[in-house]
Amino acid sequence: MTYAIQAEGLVKHFGDTVALDGVDLAARAGSVLGVLGPNGAGKTTAVRILATLLRPDAGRATVDGYDVVRDAHQVRQLIGLTGQYASVDEMLTGTENLVMIGRLLEMPRREAKARAAELLERFELWDARDRAAKTYSGGMRRRLDLAASLVGRPSVLFLDEPTTGLDPHARGGLWDTVRGLVDDGVTVLLTTQYLEEADQLADEIAVIDRGKVIAHGTPDELKSQVGGQVLQVRPVDTRDRETVAGLVSMVVGQDIQIEGDLVTAPVSDPGVLPKVVRHLDDAGVLVDELALRRSSLDEVFLALTGHRAEEPKPEPELEGSPA
Amino acid sequence: MSAATVTAPRTLSSRVSPLATVRHTLTLAWRTLVQIKHNPMELIDLSVQPIMFVLLFTYVFGGQMAGGHPTAYLQYALPGIIAQNALFATLNTGVGLNTDITKGVFDRLRALPISRMSPLAGRIAADTVKQVWSMGMLLAVGIIIGFRVKTDVAGVAGALLLLVVMSFAVSWVSVLIGVLVSAPEKVQIFGFATIFPMSFSSSAFVNVHTMPGWMQAWAKVNPVSFLANATRGLINGGAVATPVAQSLISAVIVAVVFAPLAVRALRRRI
Repeated sequence: MTYAIQAEGLVKHFGDTVALDGVDLAARAGSVLGVLGPNGAGKTTAVRILATLLRPDAGRATVDGYDVVRDAHQVRQLIGLTGQYASVDEMLTGTENLVMIGRLLEMPRREAKARAAELLERFELWDARDRAAKTYSGGMRRRLDLAASLVGRPSVLFLDEPTTGLDPHARGGLWDTVRGLVDDGVTVLLTTQYLEEADQLADEIAVIDRGKVIAHGTPDELKSQVGGQVLQVRPVDTRDRETVAGLVSMVVGQDIQIEGDLVTAPVSDPGVLPKVVRHLDDAGVLVDELALRRSSLDEVFLALTGHRAEEPKPEPELEGSPA
Repeated sequence: MSAATVTAPRTLSSRVSPLATVRHTLTLAWRTLVQIKHNPMELIDLSVQPIMFVLLFTYVFGGQMAGGHPTAYLQYALPGIIAQNALFATLNTGVGLNTDITKGVFDRLRALPISRMSPLAGRIAADTVKQVWSMGMLLAVGIIIGFRVKTDVAGVAGALLLLVVMSFAVSWVSVLIGVLVSAPEKVQIFGFATIFPMSFSSSAFVNVHTMPGWMQAWAKVNPVSFLANATRGLINGGAVATPVAQSLISAVIVAVVFAPLAVRALRRRI
């Protein structure tokens, strides 16, 4: 198996703060590795090391077999980076930003212009191509930033919280883009605070908390690791709530939760579903919703760390910046 | 099979050639200059402010300074105004660098396979172009309202060259501040707080013999005086060798002290 990204025992200190405390990461070529964790967990520091922007204090990392410290120049020819905060030049137009990157990547002027036009079309920025990036909306800026990281056709792409601060529509659009890139064979390392995002996009997830990987595996493995599934029942008539709760509790034999008119219970044996249906039928209770679903990553995170993933909030300071 | 073969087969270079370094620097200099197109405020900074200074010094202070002959004062003060303006213009470098770092543009550039020095070199190259532009602006406006070059083209060219050399040295101070402060505005504040008193306590605008003794003592060793005297000598005629030598020595000292500090601070910040 070929790993496009491999990191072993990465350690990074900023003064007395330990940003990374021995982090191992691996992403198979052509896959999406989701690095999930709350603010300040060390995600950005890890990305900055892998993208050759920061030297690790200990440990080593490779991209397509090239060492990120010793062969930094080669690594830079393979990667694309989209930072946590849009890192396009606000004073330049969309076209100028992309042409500049193309020129820096040694493309002849004509080719740089053609590549810029192609990416502007693809990211639906064509109509805004001659406007300074400072006039772009947040979603447009993020798309331009992503386009900028793709000018050189990278084989490994680092996306550091690409959708933080985007509305759901823009977020969905970016997800589609990432899926398209993976179809083209690009390896993606994506950091996120959004559990749903990792679940949607990642083939494998590494959960980071306080500079350490506390769990890793496929989204499904992570979910099963923390105990299976959740049964949800919502009666048509709210007054049946207690009846439903009693039935479910009897079948499942575990703690149940009632939120509004929704009854939920953790389940490890999928066989309970038909039993519940039978009991509900016998009791003559009609239900709106009856579902067995996997635990959400939110629940996974709570189980792994003992605290909930914090709500993402925009922070002016770069995470892990020594200043 | 690695992803590299899926996306684009490529041969990787192992270093940046000197020629590529020059190309990267020019591309990044172009980038800094083309910004002006989208930020007309910067053009105002580069043009209107110098013009305003010339008009202000000539028509407000000039009459008082030169007994009712504003243009006589203009003849004395313009080389000083040009010197002061050159120092102020070095702030551009620090402001731009700080903006790049805080906005994340610097990270994007550093993650590209380009010469490590080109982001800074490109910025300084572009700022030198801006320098020459505003010096030309000052001289042109001065000439329109009555200033006369008393030497020749070589003298003016020499003055420009000296100012560019001095600006280059001082821009390392600007880079250092730009790296150390948290926001671009702080570069401006810091710059004004030092350049204003430095230039007004020099021979840029007045003959230092009119100052009280303690200030004279400072003004005579103030590098801005060296620069103002040298510029004046090269454009208006008069002593040239001594102030030019003093200016160059000051420039070397400033560069030797501040360039390593700035580079070290930059390495540490990023």
